Amino acid sequence: MEHLISINCVKLLIATLFYTCVLSSSVEQKIYVELNNTVPCVRLLNATHQIGCQSSISGDTGVLHVLETESDLDWILSSGPHPPYMVIMETAFFNRSVMMRMKNSPRVAGVAVIVSKTGLADHFSPHTTCPNQNTGLYSENNAPELANCNMTVWNPFGNGLSYEDFSFPVFALKDENQTQVIRKCYEDHNLRVNGSAPRYPLCAMQLFSHMHAVTDTVTCMRRTDLQNRFSINPEVLCDPLSDFNVWTSTRPLNSSAKGHVADESVVIAATRLDGRSFFWEQAPAAEGTVSGIVTLLATIQALYPVTREAPPPRNIFFTFFQGEAFDYIGSSKMVYDMEKNDFVIDLNNVHSMLEIGQIGLRRGQSLWMHSDPVSRRNTSVDTEVLNLMKNVNSAAAGLSVKLDQPSFSQPLPPSSFQRFLRAKQIPGLVLADHNTSFNNRYYESMYDDAENMNVTYPPNLSPDEQLVYETEEAKSLAEVATLVARSLYMQAGGENSRLSNITADPKIVAQLLYGFLVQKNNSWFRSLLPPEVTKKGDNSILSSGPPQFYIGLGPRIHGPVHSVTRFVQYILANLTGSVTNLTESQCQNPSEVNTENKDFFSYFWVSGPASVNGTEEPFCVQASVRLSKAVSPAFELLQYGSRDYSTWTESRWKSIRARIFLVASRELEMLTLGVGVAVLLLSLLVTYFISSKAELLFSSARETPTTTY
Amino acid sequence: MTVAVFFGCTFIAFGPAVALFLFTIARDPLRVIFLIAGAFFWLVSLLLSSLVWFITVQISNKNSASQQRGLLIFGVVLSVLLQEAFRYGYYRLLKKANEGLLALSQEDTMPISMRQLAYVSGLGFGFMSGAFSVVNILSDSLGPGTVGIHGDPQHYFISSAFMTLAIILLHMFWGVVFFESCERQRWWALGAVVISHLVVSCLTFVNPHYQGSLIPTYIILSVMAAWAYLCAGGSLRNLKLCLTCKDKDFLLANHRPR
Repeated sequence: MEHLISINCVKLLIATLFYTCVLSSSVEQKIYVELNNTVPCVRLLNATHQIGCQSSISGDTGVLHVLETESDLDWILSSGPHPPYMVIMETAFFNRSVMMRMKNSPRVAGVAVIVSKTGLADHFSPHTTCPNQNTGLYSENNAPELANCNMTVWNPFGNGLSYEDFSFPVFALKDENQTQVIRKCYEDHNLRVNGSAPRYPLCAMQLFSHMHAVTDTVTCMRRTDLQNRFSINPEVLCDPLSDFNVWTSTRPLNSSAKGHVADESVVIAATRLDGRSFFWEQAPAAEGTVSGIVTLLATIQALYPVTREAPPPRNIFFTFFQGEAFDYIGSSKMVYDMEKNDFVIDLNNVHSMLEIGQIGLRRGQSLWMHSDPVSRRNTSVDTEVLNLMKNVNSAAAGLSVKLDQPSFSQPLPPSSFQRFLRAKQIPGLVLADHNTSFNNRYYESMYDDAENMNVTYPPNLSPDEQLVYETEEAKSLAEVATLVARSLYMQAGGENSRLSNITADPKIVAQLLYGFLVQKNNSWFRSLLPPEVTKKGDNSILSSGPPQFYIGLGPRIHGPVHSVTRFVQYILANLTGSVTNLTESQCQNPSEVNTENKDFFSYFWVSGPASVNGTEEPFCVQASVRLSKAVSPAFELLQYGSRDYSTWTESRWKSIRARIFLVASRELEMLTLGVGVAVLLLSLLVTYFISSKAELLFSSARETPTTTY
Repeated sequence: MTVAVFFGCTFIAFGPAVALFLFTIARDPLRVIFLIAGAFFWLVSLLLSSLVWFITVQISNKNSASQQRGLLIFGVVLSVLLQEAFRYGYYRLLKKANEGLLALSQEDTMPISMRQLAYVSGLGFGFMSGAFSVVNILSDSLGPGTVGIHGDPQHYFISSAFMTLAIILLHMFWGVVFFESCERQRWWALGAVVISHLVVSCLTFVNPHYQGSLIPTYIILSVMAAWAYLCAGGSLRNLKLCLTCKDKDFLLANHRPR
C-alpha cells in the first residue's frame, strides 16, 4: 500500500511542479474579467465603533442586478429567484433609505454604486448632521444647550451613511468604460424577458475587500500590540490616521526652541487641509476645504511683500490643519503640543485667532463672522472679539464683500478654533459663507467638486490657458483673501496707511483653484516641486486629475507626506521664500553652510519653470515653512478609548479587487458531479469484472503458458 | 465553477484510469515501477516537443494569427510524432530490460510478460498525458465562475474531462497495439496507431464545436478498444463465453490463487 501512496505523491508533485511554472492560464482569462479601477469603501474604527464596509475573506459573489426602479428593489429584496444579488446602484438610489434596507437584507451580497452626475439628487451628504459633535467645544459639561447641535443643525442634509457599518462590500464605479462592460454583461445575460426570471448562465460579480480590524480601536490596537510583542512576523491590523500640519509665520520662529517665547504675541490664521467621502481616498472637498486653502494661500501671498517692508508688531502665524474631518486630529495635536511646551510657541503667546471655514459658495451674499458665545461672556475676551470684528469691517472698506454677524447666542460651526477654546479662552472669529447651516449641499461627499463651487471653464481652452483663466469664483475668493489679509495686518498692529498695498492677485487664486480642483499636473505646480517628483511621471504625486484630500495613513508609496500637504508646503515656499544660490547638496544639508540658519528656515530644492527647450534649472529656496506631525494625542498617550481626542484608525487589508464572470445553475453543477460519480462507479465495476475474468477473456493460445495475470 | 464541478470533472477524467490502476496494477510493485517509467518517458517527449515549440514561437512573428495557428498545428503534429517515437524507445528499452530481469530473477520464468508491459506502459503514458491535459482546467473550475463571458460555449469543463478520459484510454490501447505490432514486425499496424493518434489530436482543432471532436474520438476509441482486445489475446468467442456463463466462472475465479 505504501507504494501506492508514494507513487501518487510523486505524480502529484511532478504535476504541481510543472503546473506552477505555467503562467496565468488562458482558461482563467476565458472565465473572469478583472475590473481594474476599483474604489472601495474601507473600515475605519474609533474608540467605540467600527464604520465602513467589510467583505468575507474569499470575496462576496452575487448575481448582478441593476437598480434603476422601485420594482428592481423589490426584485432584489424579496422576489428575485437567484439570491444573493450584487446590486449595481444608479446614482439616484444611493441614499439612506435604500442602503439601510439593503443592510438588513441577507439577499444582498454587495453594492457597486455608479458615480455620475445624471440622476444626482439635489443634495447628498454622507456625513452626520452635526460634524465632530463629541470632540468640539460644546459638550454636556460646557454649555449643554449648545452641544449636539441643539441650537443649530449645521449639516441638515447629512444622512450619516459614512458612519454606518455595512457587512457587505460597497464599491464605486467611476470609470465609464468599465461600467459599460458590466452593463453589457448584465444586458446579455440577466435581463428579464416578459417578466419571467432570467435563465442560467447568469452574469455575476465578486468583490474582495476583507478588512482585518474589528470592533473598535481599543481592540485593534490591543491585538496589534500583542502581535508586535509575541509574534516573529507581527501582523499589524490597523493604523492611526496621521499626516502633517503645515505652518509658516511672517517673522521666522526658532524651531529648535520649544515652549513659551518671550515678548512674542501671535495672531493665528488657520484653515483645514482635508476632507472625506463615503469611499476610500475619494475626497474632492471643493467647497469644504479647497475654498479655505486657496483663500489662505492668497492671503499669505498678499501679506508677504508688506510684512517684509513694514513688519507689524505682532507675528502672524499661518497654519493648515490636517485631519479635521476626523475629530480634529491636526488642531488637537497642535494644542496638545502647545500645552506641553513642545511647540515653537505656546497658548500664552496667542493673541487672537482668525479661521477660514467654508467660503466658496458666497455668490455675492455676505460673509458671516462666527464667534463663540461662551467665551464672550468674559468681558475682556468679548472686547477683543469686538475689536477683531471692527478690524475686519474696516478692512472691507472699498471691497465688494459684505460682512454680517450671526445672532449672539449661536455657537461656532465645526472648526479648529473650537479645540483652541477648549484649552484657553482666546478671542477669535470663524469666517464662513453660511449663517445657520452649511450652504454646501454635498458636504464631505464625492460630489463636492469644481462644479459644486461653480468653477467652470469655457470649452476649447488648452490646459495652460485654463490654468490662468480667472473665473468669477477666483475673483470672489481673491476679494475675500484681500479682506482677510488686511484684517490680519490690522489685528497684528500694522499701520492703516499700508492697507491699500495689500491685495490678493486673482491670477494666483485662479492658478490655485485650477491646481486643486481640476488638474494637479500643471505647469505651475511642476515648477514648484522638486525635480525627482516631476520626473517620476504617472507614479508620483503628480498623476492626472484633481488631488484627493483624504488624510490617509503615515508613510505612503509616493513619499512620507500626503500629496496635498506637499503641494501646500511648496506653494508656501514659492510665495514666501527667497531664492538662494546654494547647490543641491548644500540645499539638502544646510547646516554645513555657515551663512544659513537651519533653525529659522527650511530649504527646498525646486525645479523652476520649464524653459522652452526643455532644460530645467533647479534652484534652492529658503522659506520659513515647517511641517508638524498631525497624529492624535490619544496614540501618544496610549489612551485608545479616549473621549477627548480623536481615536480614528484605518483597518489594514490584503487585497482589494473586483471581477465579473458567468455562473452556472446549481442543477448543472450537481449533474456534473453525479455524472462523475457514475463514471467512477461504473469504471470500478467494469474493471473489477474484467480483471476477475481476465483468464477467460484473454486466454488465447498464442501466449506462452507461463504467463500470469 | 465550484467544488462540485471540480470533483465531477476529476472523476470523469481519471475514473477509469484510477479503477484500472487500483485493480490491476497497484498490487504488483513491478507493474507500478514500469507504469512510472512509462509516465516519465511521456514526460520527456513532452519536454522535447515543448522546447522545440517554444523556440519556434520566439522566432516567429507574434502578431500574425495565421502564423501562430500554423505553428500550433506544427507543434501538435511534432508532439504526437515524438510521443510515438518515445513509445518505440520505451519498447526497445523494455526488451533489453526483460532479458536482464530474467538473468537477475531467481525464478525460471519471466516475472512480467510483454503484453502486460504493453498495457502498463500505455496506461503510464495515459496518466501523464491526462494529467497535463486537464489539471490546470480542473484548478480553474474550483472558482465561482464558468466559461462564457466572452461568448465561449458553456460546457468547457465537462467536454475537457470527457476528452481526457478518451485520451487516457486511447493511450492504453495504443500501447497494447503498438507493442504487439513491434513484436510481430507488423509495420502497417504501427503506422495505423500513429495515424489514429494524429487524427485524434488534430480533431481538437475543431473545438469549440465539441460534438465535432468528441464523437469521432469516441468512435476511434471503440475501434482501438476492439483492436487492443484482439491483440491482447481475446476473441469474440471468449467474450460471449464470459458474458453468458457468468455465474460459474465468477465463483470459480474467486477461488483461484492470484
